[in-house]
Amino acid sequence: MATNVSIARPLERWGGVRVFAHPGSAALIGALVVLVFFAAQSAPFRSLGGISNWLDPASLFGISSVFVALLMIGGEFDLSAGVMTASSGLVAGLIGTQTGLNIWFCLLLALVFAVCIGLLNGLIVVKTSLPSFIVTLGTFLSLQGLNLGVTKLVAHQVYAGGIDQVSGYSSAHAVFASTIDIGSGSFPISIVWWLAVTAAAAWLLARTRFGNWIFSAGGAPLAARSVGVPVRRTKILLFVGTAFSGWLVGTIEAMRLAAVQATQGVGNELTFIVAAVIGGCLLTGGHGSVIGAAAGALIYGMAQQGIVYLNWNSDWLYLFLGVLLLTAALLNHFVRLFAMQARS
Amino acid sequence: MSASIPIIEAKNVSKSYGRIAALSDISTSVRAGEVTCVLGDNGAGKSTFIKILAGFHRHDAGELLLDGAPVVFENPRAALDAGIATLYQDLALLPLMSVWRNFFLGREPTRGMPPLRRLDVAKAKKICLEELRLLGINLKDADQLVGTMSGGERQAVAIARAIHFGARIIILDEPTAALGVKQSGIVLRNVAEARDRGLGIVLITHNPRHAYLVGDRFLVLNLGRSLGEFGRADVTEVELTALMAGGTEFDELRTALRAAPQQAQQAQRLG
Repeated sequence: MATNVSIARPLERWGGVRVFAHPGSAALIGALVVLVFFAAQSAPFRSLGGISNWLDPASLFGISSVFVALLMIGGEFDLSAGVMTASSGLVAGLIGTQTGLNIWFCLLLALVFAVCIGLLNGLIVVKTSLPSFIVTLGTFLSLQGLNLGVTKLVAHQVYAGGIDQVSGYSSAHAVFASTIDIGSGSFPISIVWWLAVTAAAAWLLARTRFGNWIFSAGGAPLAARSVGVPVRRTKILLFVGTAFSGWLVGTIEAMRLAAVQATQGVGNELTFIVAAVIGGCLLTGGHGSVIGAAAGALIYGMAQQGIVYLNWNSDWLYLFLGVLLLTAALLNHFVRLFAMQARS
Repeated sequence: MSASIPIIEAKNVSKSYGRIAALSDISTSVRAGEVTCVLGDNGAGKSTFIKILAGFHRHDAGELLLDGAPVVFENPRAALDAGIATLYQDLALLPLMSVWRNFFLGREPTRGMPPLRRLDVAKAKKICLEELRLLGINLKDADQLVGTMSGGERQAVAIARAIHFGARIIILDEPTAALGVKQSGIVLRNVAEARDRGLGIVLITHNPRHAYLVGDRFLVLNLGRSLGEFGRADVTEVELTALMAGGTEFDELRTALRAAPQQAQQAQRLG
């Protein structure tokens, strides 16, 4: 009780309740702090070249984190989101290099594959009410096995290479993997994708009926159903969304390198969740922000590269992330208590 | 004129589950601008009765009249379409969502064409604040999270929502059960406001004092049977309380409680 009061009162007195209670604001402030911290100590970090270096991983993590955040606000997890980048890249790459079909057609097939996996995840979760943590852990392991097994079987190695030889590659490369040079920086177009996806998702969440339904599906699914919200359909679509983000990131990486590693993306699923939690998403659903999740991914990108610029051992990255995650989770917890506290 | 015909009337309604009679021979009525209170202890049949009114269960015998014509609600949707809204204790509100989002959840007003169809936020906020004002709740900010509202205010949001979406009768299931004295007062005030706007209210409660504060008509249930159905003029609060307490059972309890200290003393002596 005493804790609630001491948290709530200063915020209220500030008159900025809505600003500070907004789930994404802490991540934006955190991103600013991290930026200042590294930029103050490292000149290369704040150069155009350095900025493009840390925006690059931030954009790739950011695209997925935004969709994972939507799903988490809807009350579910997707552990297959990381490995999906490899799976969809491999589907497109293997079909393209083996059959010689146009790469755009192969990308479409990969998209269909990703959507099917998303539907499968979603249908199993809503039909059985099993925790999505377990269901998507199963999908994650299955896809990881398939990625390696099928790639070895078809390509006789652990990667699908030579995608640049497939017809249509140059136009696909331009859309997904080109760079824009500004000064010493070479900015990948994935940054544009990241910003576009974040803006679209933020609009969807705050300004459409579907966004309203996402919050309610995570916050109180039974109450939502009783007032006519199609909770199941909402959740299934959100699983399709994370699978789509896996396809988009997988396509960007495949077009960049003209090759897909069968082991790519494994482990990233947790990074997405970390970014979403830093962005103010509650593990229990019903609350969160995609702009916050995008900022969470930005923090990750800056920390990953910043530690290199400062010549620190990269092991420290995980300590940094761990502390950040705990801080964010605690902050979310108190924001929630504050939000739930009756003031009459 | 219209006040003479009840919006809904139950005539000798009975319901059994298998061989167990959950309700037998219940009659009462709900009129526009009146509060009908259904009183009874746990297991008295209050829940069964409102589930019949709300379309969750169908009665086996007797008649349900809607505006004077016999009706059977096939499902909750049918009852809702007839203007009967039921508010359970959770109120179907999401604490972490703003008032206006809760108010319109599942029935959001939109503008524009797809794919740019979007919420009409300004309209939603305006309607929401206006409907709450009509219930006597003056909210400054429709963006306030429902979780930060008091129990009474939440109830008002749920009632205002039901009214806005066409309810003629609102069934309140134990609205004061989990609340303190002050919040119960606010809930009862909401009930009175809704009544004065011409709605029929069914108030389910086991608190005769709360019932008597707002009630026009009282139905007392015990073990699925009616212990009586009264107009306000025909019964006093004391009589209602006595009826609720169940007469002989209450006397037995009083005797048992008085005897308890003597038994304890006896036990001490023996020990």
